[in-house]
Amino acid sequence: MAKPKEVTDTNFEQEVLKNTKPVLVDFWAPWCGPCRMVAPIVEELADEYAGRVEFVKLNTDDNPNTAVTYGIRSIPTLLVFKEGKPVGQIIGFRPKSDLKQRLDAVVTPA
Amino acid sequence: MTEEKHYDIVIIGAGPAGLAAGLYAARARRSTLLIERNVTGGQIALTSIIENYPGIEEVDGFELGQTMQRQAQKYGMEVAYANVTSLERREGVHVVHTTEGDFSAKALIITGGADYNKLGVPGEERLTGKGVSYCATCDAAFFKDQVVAVVGGGDAAMDEGLFVTRYASKVYVIHRREELRASAILKERAFAEPKMEFIWNTVVTEIEGADAVERLKLHNVVTSEDSTLDAAAIFIFIGHHPNSEYLRSYVKMDEGGHIYVNDWMETEVPGLFAAGDIRVNSARQVVSAAGDGATAAIRADHYITDHFQG
Repeated sequence: MAKPKEVTDTNFEQEVLKNTKPVLVDFWAPWCGPCRMVAPIVEELADEYAGRVEFVKLNTDDNPNTAVTYGIRSIPTLLVFKEGKPVGQIIGFRPKSDLKQRLDAVVTPA
Repeated sequence: MTEEKHYDIVIIGAGPAGLAAGLYAARARRSTLLIERNVTGGQIALTSIIENYPGIEEVDGFELGQTMQRQAQKYGMEVAYANVTSLERREGVHVVHTTEGDFSAKALIITGGADYNKLGVPGEERLTGKGVSYCATCDAAFFKDQVVAVVGGGDAAMDEGLFVTRYASKVYVIHRREELRASAILKERAFAEPKMEFIWNTVVTEIEGADAVERLKLHNVVTSEDSTLDAAAIFIFIGHHPNSEYLRSYVKMDEGGHIYVNDWMETEVPGLFAAGDIRVNSARQVVSAAGDGATAAIRADHYITDHFQG
């Protein structure tokens, strides 16, 4: 299973903003229960959307700057970036079917 | 639509009641499916510390839910993450229609629990996730050294409010009455916490802010005075309502949506049980919900033996 890569304040620009593919960023923290539920779903999606969407995760405890930049005030938050801009946002735990629906709306079909 | 799957016992809702029911059902060697639409653990998944579950001195709520699930799965309980869309009674069994297919059950146990109430004021919906929160353990860390508000006067409000004080510089507790409903131990802790300040007899009438919560409009219900309070976040804990709306035509419930059951958690519908916060007269505790779930599963096992030659 594809483990989403950990990104940081330092490499966020390189990994996410300058990525040529759409990128889904999972904003999470170790103490957040619902985040721990979202993680395995994001991993499954990473497999299903392999090649079309990049999946990364950002620990908001260790990387507060990026969280502040994008106004994250609740986690889990999933942000989808396309060409360096956020194009979709999902706050809180959602079932996989919801996430797929939202993801399909912003990425090119297979 | 995919083919209907058959189970002895289907349980709707993976809170403590559903997880305990699953454990007992699976250990009775009944084929058991637990359906959950959201997070395993239900309300406790968002609770920072549980310290009133006998035998466990202190546990993270999310962890307790996960442990309960693993324990039941060890005995064969299956889990499906799906939304229940409708129920149907057919030839003596209950058919559960969900977003992930249909499941039939010889006995069906409803453990759907309760959802938090919203204030229903302007700004609440728009600023949810932008300072409006129903989960302090999820969001408190984003308000380090800031002034925030907590609404409510029960156990959840005190527990979560105390959690928020780990981060925030100041926590205003806004309560519509002049005394707290919370249990004595939590009251003591809240009153002893220097960062907490109580605003009594007051309700929130509006949540304001451009892209995030900036201030609250307040109304004193005794003096009728209006005021504003600058706050970067508002954590709302004003009670719960049972998740039973979709069952209105299926089973008898009170006006508040609590399902009527007898001492065995049986509803008036054969093979249909309800346990935990969704039933009438629930004590709304983890331990009582788990007890309810066990009772329902034991009775469901007997019901199957009596009605299905098995």
